[in-house]
Amino acid sequence: MASPPLASSPRPAPRPLWTFHGGLHLPDEKALSSAAPLATAPLSPLLVIPLQQHIGAPAKPLVGVGDRVGKGQLIGEAQGSMSATVHAPSSGTVVAIEDRPVPHASGLSAPCILIETDGRDAWAELPPPLGPRPDPEALRERIRWAGIVGLGGAAFPSSVKLRVPPGQRIRTLILNGAECEPYISCDDRLMRDRPGRILAGVRLLRDLLQVEACLIAVEDNKPEAIAALRQALAAGEDLAGIELVVIPTLYPSGGEKQLIRILTGQEVPSRGIPAQIGILCQNIATAAAIAEAAEEGKPLISRIITLTGRAMGQPRNLEVALGTPIKDLLALAGGLGPDLRQLLIGGPMMGFACDDLGMPVTKGVNCLLALSRAEAPDPGPALACIRCGACAEACPASLLPQQLYWHARARDLDQARAYHLFDCIECGCCAVVCPSHIPLVQYYRFAKAECLAQDRDKRQAEHARQRHDAKTARLERLEEERKANLRKKKEALAEKPAPARAAASASAAATTTPLADASAPAGSASAIPAGTGAGAGEPVAPGGAVPPLAGSPGTPDTPGTPGTPIAETPAVDPKKAAIAAALQRAAEKKAALARQGQAPKNTADLTPAQRRQVEAAEARRRELQAAESASSGREQP
Amino acid sequence: MSRGAVISAPFAGRINRTDRLMLQVILALIPGALAMVWYFGWGVLINMALASAFALGGEALVMRLRGRPVLPAIGDLSALVTALLFAITVPPTLPWWLTFLGIAFAILIVKQLYGGLGYNPFNPAMAGYVFLLVSYPVEMTNWLAPAIPEVLAAHDLAILSFVDSLRLIFTGTLPPGLTWDAVSAATPLDEMFSQLDHNSTIPEILKSPLWGDFGGRGWEWVGNWFLLGGLWMIWRGVISWRIPVAVLAGILLPAGLFWLFDPQAFPFPAFHIFAGGTILGAFFIATDPVTACTTPKGQLIYGAAIGFITFVIRHWGGYPDAVAFAVLLMNIAAPMIDHYTQPRVFGHGRREQT
Repeated sequence: MASPPLASSPRPAPRPLWTFHGGLHLPDEKALSSAAPLATAPLSPLLVIPLQQHIGAPAKPLVGVGDRVGKGQLIGEAQGSMSATVHAPSSGTVVAIEDRPVPHASGLSAPCILIETDGRDAWAELPPPLGPRPDPEALRERIRWAGIVGLGGAAFPSSVKLRVPPGQRIRTLILNGAECEPYISCDDRLMRDRPGRILAGVRLLRDLLQVEACLIAVEDNKPEAIAALRQALAAGEDLAGIELVVIPTLYPSGGEKQLIRILTGQEVPSRGIPAQIGILCQNIATAAAIAEAAEEGKPLISRIITLTGRAMGQPRNLEVALGTPIKDLLALAGGLGPDLRQLLIGGPMMGFACDDLGMPVTKGVNCLLALSRAEAPDPGPALACIRCGACAEACPASLLPQQLYWHARARDLDQARAYHLFDCIECGCCAVVCPSHIPLVQYYRFAKAECLAQDRDKRQAEHARQRHDAKTARLERLEEERKANLRKKKEALAEKPAPARAAASASAAATTTPLADASAPAGSASAIPAGTGAGAGEPVAPGGAVPPLAGSPGTPDTPGTPGTPIAETPAVDPKKAAIAAALQRAAEKKAALARQGQAPKNTADLTPAQRRQVEAAEARRRELQAAESASSGREQP
Repeated sequence: MSRGAVISAPFAGRINRTDRLMLQVILALIPGALAMVWYFGWGVLINMALASAFALGGEALVMRLRGRPVLPAIGDLSALVTALLFAITVPPTLPWWLTFLGIAFAILIVKQLYGGLGYNPFNPAMAGYVFLLVSYPVEMTNWLAPAIPEVLAAHDLAILSFVDSLRLIFTGTLPPGLTWDAVSAATPLDEMFSQLDHNSTIPEILKSPLWGDFGGRGWEWVGNWFLLGGLWMIWRGVISWRIPVAVLAGILLPAGLFWLFDPQAFPFPAFHIFAGGTILGAFFIATDPVTACTTPKGQLIYGAAIGFITFVIRHWGGYPDAVAFAVLLMNIAAPMIDHYTQPRVFGHGRREQT
């Protein structure tokens, strides 16, 4: 501001606001549902409570089938640092713990606790209320216990968000009441009907984080909510530093990064979080839930949901017990009209199709939108991109959606990343303005999923490579050790006199023979390791790329395998000894078989000529054996 | 969920449609086109009809050959826009078979051989025009004189009736008793630069009754009406302001500098705007989304370069007008400009803190 406001000025100068690139002025359609006052939905006979209603690990069930639970009883404990607790929304009996379809864009099923309500809605024992100025740790623990998550739709565990890392300080707290997505009016209704509860939560958060400024941001298309908050701010006590900021209506100004930009002019660094620039955002409904948990000890077991769309019988906002099946809610809002195009969970820009009416309402479900045919006309087949750039004009992240589209289409993931694919917030602006009706966001989701899969594969490959390198190094080390041992032995042998050396060699040969006997099946001479040396026992690596020892399963880990290289011991021939042993075994076997009356079949029914040949061969063999036994006899000392 | 439902977000109705964008371009062309019919006779209209028929026929033929649905391709009206732009830029006396050749080149080769709408690197209408200009320079520079009494009287010129125009286009013969000299006249750009080549000074040249307030008589009004259509397109959001403004600035700035330096040899800058195809090029041709730059900064560079190249070719090149050449030259540079002018993405760059 050029000049400071005068001291006598009754109102402070309006807060300067910034803007972000792009965005869309969409028909807000909020009046459809925001006129009817907030009502509470009656209890359903069966509640389906997913164990994961938040970003992070699913909760661990604390109850079993058949257990009776009271309203507000802890039935699922948070698992790990990023998780949230789950409570029973009403009293009743646990009838099953099983996989059920849950509201998630993936359309997959997930474990749920099914509670048959008893209609008494009897509270379990609740923790005592915290005072007006609670101890920060007690308040954090209460928020964690209450299972509070971001109620704007992302369902990020609030206790995790409020755990500011050391070294970071939150200077500005932003309460998001922008509710920029068309049709949705649950925050609008909450601000109109329970502004005091919201402010109580804001006060708690302000004191918890010790912030310098607290900004409640509301889009200017919600004048009643603004008036209600303004009145509550004027009437309330202990609201220092809390300021209501009315921002222009522009989708997606309720996006966390966009809202921070509007209010402070700062940009959250890419892939960073607001805490890095000293800012923390919470939805106003989250603040109200925190107040409820602190002041009344009530966990998060219900939320406000907008039921709207022109194919919804009676559009309205309802406070709904978590776990209530969607079909029960539709009945409360007059059912679905005949001109229904599709039922969505969430808004028209970022919601997803609901294909199972048995799905329950969870902490992250803020809207059930029944779009009529007129509201969501068939976009027809996608035409060719004419490179008009309307998408780039609309993109609130200043991306080039068209280039992202080309690269995603071509599966050129590296280029898609280079064009900052992961800065896309999937707000849908580009797809809505595309004259060729190309489902752009679908391409980006696909490319993101492909990138994540690629990263995962890369991580796995890197892990495998590291393991392989470690193994190679280990085997090389063992080989080195073995060689060193061998060298030592050789040196030791070289120092000994010759007869002792020969004796050592003979004993070495003797040790190999029984080894061969034990390992080789009778008659198979090829499996005899003796005489080939320990090194030759290693299978040769194919291609030679891998070091010879790598991946050889038979490599003994103990160095110094028995057996001495043949070149070192010319005095003895272990190979011949082994052949002799094998022949002996074969002869013994033959003799044993002959004793049993079994002769080799191949010598029966021979012609005289063949018999003569066999006899001649036998004679030669006998001669050889005689000669060999004579020569080996000479070698013995 | 019912038929026609969108699979994933956003589910909100789509705001724009390609055929509606093209239709708005066609609507924006109407005032200028009518002005051309007014000043240059029925030939303009006949050319438009011929070019449209050839373009739609050619598009349908190629889509059939490619085994793609014909109706969506015809229905997006892009071929019609190409045909109309082509017909507006060629002389109203052009023989029908040259229109056929030009359109066939534009639609079949420049557009469809590269993959059809959205994939062509060059502006089809301008490529068709340049193809004819370099192949048939005589036929492509036979412009009629604007139907303004002073101009007609000064050069003793006649105007052609509808039947005369039809006969000229289809048979190449003029009405009995008329010669080419009796109907044609140099375009203002032609006049200006051929006179300058003869070392005439600007004040001498401007003595001719051919000249109006800024450009040639008649011609400047055609430009005005195209300007109106262009401004309407900007207002409707059909085109962004960047390319037209950059084109005009790119031509005005050097023109202004040279005019200040030597007003005897360089015409007043506004001449460049209201002569030739400057306005049509700036608002209707350079803004063709398929072949232009898409980044905001890139569009400014692209437009300014078109303006500057046009100025340079007009003064020192062999052809009187140069918008088509400038557009084609920059078409091929557009992908590179886009690559180097990517906008700063939210959360990146100057404010990056981590």
